[in-house]
Amino acid sequence: MALTEQQLKTSEDQYQYGFHDEEAPLFKSKRGLSAEVVTEISKMKNEPQWMLDFRLKALKYFEKRPMPQWGGGGMLDEIDFENIFYYIRPSDRPEQDWDDVPDYIKVTFDKLGIPEAEKKFLAGVGAQYESEVIYHNLQKDLEEKGVIFLDTDSALQQYPDLFREHFATIIPPNDNKFAALNSAVWSGGSFIYVPEGVHIDLPLQAYFRINAENAGQFERTLIIVDKGAYVHYVEGCTAPTYTTNSLHSAVVEIIVKEGGRCRYTTIQNWSKNVYNLVTKRAAAYKDATMEWVDGNLGSKLTMKYPAIYLMEPGAKGEILSVAFAGHGQHQDAGGKVVHVAPHTTSTITSKSISKEDGRSSYRGLLKVHPEAEYSKSNVRCDALLLHENSRTDTYPYIEIENDRVDIGHEATVSKVGEEQLFYLMSRGVSEADAYSMIVTGFIEPIAKELPMEYAVELNRLIQLEMEGSVG
Amino acid sequence: MNTDREIDTMEKTLVIRNLHVNVEDKEILKGLDLELEKGKTHAIMGPNGSGKSTLSYALAGHPSYEVTAGEVLFEGQDILEMGPDERAQAGIFLAFQYPMSIPGVSMANFLRSAVNSVRRARGEGDMRVPEFRKKLTERMAALKMDRSFMGRYLNEGFSGGEKKRAEILQMAMLEPKLAIMDETDSGLDIDALRVVSDGVNTLKGDDMTVLVITHYQRLLNYIKPDFVHVLMDGRIVTSGGPELALELESRGYDWVRAEFAVPA
Repeated sequence: MALTEQQLKTSEDQYQYGFHDEEAPLFKSKRGLSAEVVTEISKMKNEPQWMLDFRLKALKYFEKRPMPQWGGGGMLDEIDFENIFYYIRPSDRPEQDWDDVPDYIKVTFDKLGIPEAEKKFLAGVGAQYESEVIYHNLQKDLEEKGVIFLDTDSALQQYPDLFREHFATIIPPNDNKFAALNSAVWSGGSFIYVPEGVHIDLPLQAYFRINAENAGQFERTLIIVDKGAYVHYVEGCTAPTYTTNSLHSAVVEIIVKEGGRCRYTTIQNWSKNVYNLVTKRAAAYKDATMEWVDGNLGSKLTMKYPAIYLMEPGAKGEILSVAFAGHGQHQDAGGKVVHVAPHTTSTITSKSISKEDGRSSYRGLLKVHPEAEYSKSNVRCDALLLHENSRTDTYPYIEIENDRVDIGHEATVSKVGEEQLFYLMSRGVSEADAYSMIVTGFIEPIAKELPMEYAVELNRLIQLEMEGSVG
Repeated sequence: MNTDREIDTMEKTLVIRNLHVNVEDKEILKGLDLELEKGKTHAIMGPNGSGKSTLSYALAGHPSYEVTAGEVLFEGQDILEMGPDERAQAGIFLAFQYPMSIPGVSMANFLRSAVNSVRRARGEGDMRVPEFRKKLTERMAALKMDRSFMGRYLNEGFSGGEKKRAEILQMAMLEPKLAIMDETDSGLDIDALRVVSDGVNTLKGDDMTVLVITHYQRLLNYIKPDFVHVLMDGRIVTSGGPELALELESRGYDWVRAEFAVPA
């Protein structure tokens, strides 16, 4: 059953980024999901037949699969799939030049405070506004090195063979219900190819926003890091508040070839009515390294477990996850590592914070195949509870299928103590500042892994969350 | 209000009258009276369980220490309705016997937040970063603290001596009008004790009043008190000059108990 507008209005609180601009898109699809809508999306994009077939097949998987009852449990049943726009196109084609970006979109970015300096410092900015990437800027030296950084739709048109070779090879359309949904209606996202031996020193970035009321956002990201190459991709999301449920269901696939390294950093701050249901998975080959840094704030329900498959000897995986569950929110987050090959190593570090009646869960899978001897893994999850009615749960699934492995697992739950608060306050710090100091300290091991401006933004978002929460 | 009394309290940094404090519904302070003269060093001595730490926590505003009666005037202003942060902003500082560790919060960031919180409450702007760093570097050098302390997490993994030095560093940065030192000598070797005491002695002057709370006389060899008060069974039972501390050291507390008829 979908929530009524009245019910949702009451849950609408002051949300920092809860402004919205007047929409002026050129095309807006009908509400609801059908083979007709999927075909229309594909036609609008002039896609090859194989992609249309892929989408239609995925739609069937989506329709057939039951709604998952774990994780968010009954909350998922509240999503009204017939009341969602599956495709919105703000402009005819991706813009090449910042000057061509429509003004109303620039205004939104200004409100988000995307710093001017970033444009100079950062290698490229792909900004997803509604369902289409409208701005891409790639520095010349990257182009000369053969790096491809495009919105995923353009990549399909411009690099059809490279695209088809890798697309949906890590996350097949029937992987889970929401991966199937994304596969049917995906739009936008980033496509990155880093050629053999190329190191991109500065992070590549994209900003995402859901702006149209009821606009589902189904971006699809595919990153291929060739042998010995390196890229750090940073994705940041903020979304405005609306009075009907929004759905964000992305798919991110990453392939890291021999000796390559990829780091994927996300800070998401969805408005508190968004269902954030994302499938992220990477495959790391011989001596390759994959790192997920995943920060989840906001949203009504987040279900996200970045995964790494360690496919060949010497592969390494690291997952750092932070979740902040405030009033009325449920963050079901964690990570999955599958050791397929011998001599592979992994670490999962999860930090969750629950405020008021917020609920955070760590859900993790560590699987070691019979062949994956001499593998090492360390899992650590820490939960911090701010109030008496805050809740945290841990679901660590561990499946070890051989004896020659070195596995560590540690979980802690702590409460913000009266003595810590008193100590900080006795130095003149207000109660709200004392809380946010303890929380930022708690996540510091992960914040220090973020690029500076993201660490600052994360700490600022947490301060905003703490203001007004102290009574 | 009596005008004479008002003038009187203005000259005192702190005036405590008939203070009763409960901890978990048990009365610990039972009508404590004390006056601290501005710019002077007062010592409170007393046996274990006499209420020394309760007094320091109650003055700093710990929520578990319930004041059931009495008044506490700081520079003439009643502070009992103020939160611990407001008391600190007014100029009261408590050096903890057991400082808490705050993982992930660096000393430098914490000190800057604290200093600026106090400044903002007084209507002053934030301290500029270069000025802050200069002051911090100077104060750390005076306390013989290595620069690496700035980046370390607050009290996390600090030795006993390092924690006490860090407390004095905080005091040095916040420049309070009243510094309460709760058993600052506990867990300190002689060298550390000397460094900590030098730190306090450098800071105290006409503007800073010091209240040293201690079980032993040892600390008072380094931080010389102008007045000594004896706390027993929740009350100040006698006061005197520095010689009183020496007498307590040599004779113990039993004679006080006998002389002032304090129940054992």
